[in-house]
Amino acid sequence: MKKRLLQLLQENCRYTNEELAAMLGTTQQEIADTIREFEQAGIIRGYNALINWEKVEGSEARALIELRVSPKKDKGFDEVAERIMAFDEVEGVYLMAGDYDLAVFVKGETIQDIAMFVARRLSPLDSVLSADTHFILTKYKSNMTDMQNLASDKDERECMV
Amino acid sequence: MDYNRFINSKIKNTKPSGIRKFFDIAGEMENVISLSVGEPDFKTPWHIREAGIDSLEKGKTFYSPNRGFTALREEICRYFTRRFGVDYDPQTDVLVTVGGSEAIDAAMRVVIDEGDEVLIPEPSFVCYEPLAAMADGVPVIIETKAENDFRLTPEEIEEKITEKTKLLILPYPNNPTGASMSREDYEAVAKVVEKYDLFVLSDEIYAELAYGGTKPVSFASIPGMRERTIVVSGFSKTYAMTGWRLGYALGPKEIIAQMTKLHQYGIMSAPTTAQYAAIEALKNGDADIEHMREQYDMRRRYIVKAFNELGLTCFEPLGAFYVFPCIKSTGMTSEEFAEKLLYSKSVAVVPGNAFGSSGEGFIRVSYSYSVAHIKEAISRIGEFLAEMKQ
Repeated sequence: MKKRLLQLLQENCRYTNEELAAMLGTTQQEIADTIREFEQAGIIRGYNALINWEKVEGSEARALIELRVSPKKDKGFDEVAERIMAFDEVEGVYLMAGDYDLAVFVKGETIQDIAMFVARRLSPLDSVLSADTHFILTKYKSNMTDMQNLASDKDERECMV
Repeated sequence: MDYNRFINSKIKNTKPSGIRKFFDIAGEMENVISLSVGEPDFKTPWHIREAGIDSLEKGKTFYSPNRGFTALREEICRYFTRRFGVDYDPQTDVLVTVGGSEAIDAAMRVVIDEGDEVLIPEPSFVCYEPLAAMADGVPVIIETKAENDFRLTPEEIEEKITEKTKLLILPYPNNPTGASMSREDYEAVAKVVEKYDLFVLSDEIYAELAYGGTKPVSFASIPGMRERTIVVSGFSKTYAMTGWRLGYALGPKEIIAQMTKLHQYGIMSAPTTAQYAAIEALKNGDADIEHMREQYDMRRRYIVKAFNELGLTCFEPLGAFYVFPCIKSTGMTSEEFAEKLLYSKSVAVVPGNAFGSSGEGFIRVSYSYSVAHIKEAISRIGEFLAEMKQ
């Protein structure tokens, strides 16, 4: 039940406890308690709307920065990650396996802003060895959601059964 | 030219399906939210589609043997032993057909002689009555009742039995009511079948969609019934493979041999690509069944609660993907309700009487849709009911 509750919340966190209880065949109390447990355990970290910013006027530019960094002796990548996370421009930081170490998602008002942020704030950091900037043109799918409504959602079922 | 002279009168007198009518109206309207389709909303799982594609790439584009590929018949028999505990011989007891529908048609034509009576529980899927009539049988309707959650009782069967009764149709899990028969229900029916020496056509196309902790039961697994039952099933509902058109019949070899004759002359063989895909489905598709069942089950619980809260009471259906709410409290007939709901709120449901007169006072609602879709439809139905009260 717990995993399915999480899947439902990820699908739509605005389901009411009553609806969730009906779907999962349990009580509202049980749902409320389980969600509280998830929140306290840090499993549920928040409830965000999935916004297609590209459709919002005056919206911002976004980029993925591939950072190669040198880990610190005791703290590994945590220390530099924490510093990078603290910037308001940074939307996401992932530790990666592969050619680079940190994937940093950055937003800015313009492409120039992002370029300047990388040059002035990220690159000069002590442990940063290199920064490779990729500007994001369009988000097709994000958080399991077709952001552009590209996939044809027309219901083609029309047989009489 | 007067074509009537050339048209067979049995066909001419057969009414078109009442489900079709609402589809046609809904099809011409904009922004319709439908709860009316009778097929899965899932796409065929990818590994199954891939097996079909792979067979095409390898140029496997020839007819299959009339009965279907041996590998498929073997997998069907293994599956039936595994899931239902009934053993069939892949060489003689299986016929692969173009959907369950062909198997129903063939079974009727093989079993029924002119004037034989065919017991058909209703509400049920629209094909049994016309197909029985087309096979020169006499359809005899058994009206199942809401107070029994639309399950068939032995008393209801016995009431309709005459010297001419030959075949009993068992349409469970049921389209449109979502009713299903437990092992005990089937055992009670089996006693009557034995007593009156009937033959049975058990349409188990929805068997895998069983909820509420109930296990799928095949009528053929009831002692003594395997030798007097044709089981019809297929891949459409179980693996979301409706468009592949693949089903099968299982039964005593004497009957299957006759059905195979009919199939070989009328159809030749079921689609080859679909058969390759189906082999993959049976071999590696159990997890897909489980996944889809869980999704349907969530929607089922959601929608049953929602209708009951709206005052359109419905029993908890334990099979298929339909609920069958009672709309008698609105004072409207099923058709009035469905028509007004469609025109005023653009929500399409199917009137219960499309599945037999005992479905009057009910509507068929399919939950083969996303929860978001169902939620929107329910809220529109709520508005509709509120406006009707004023």
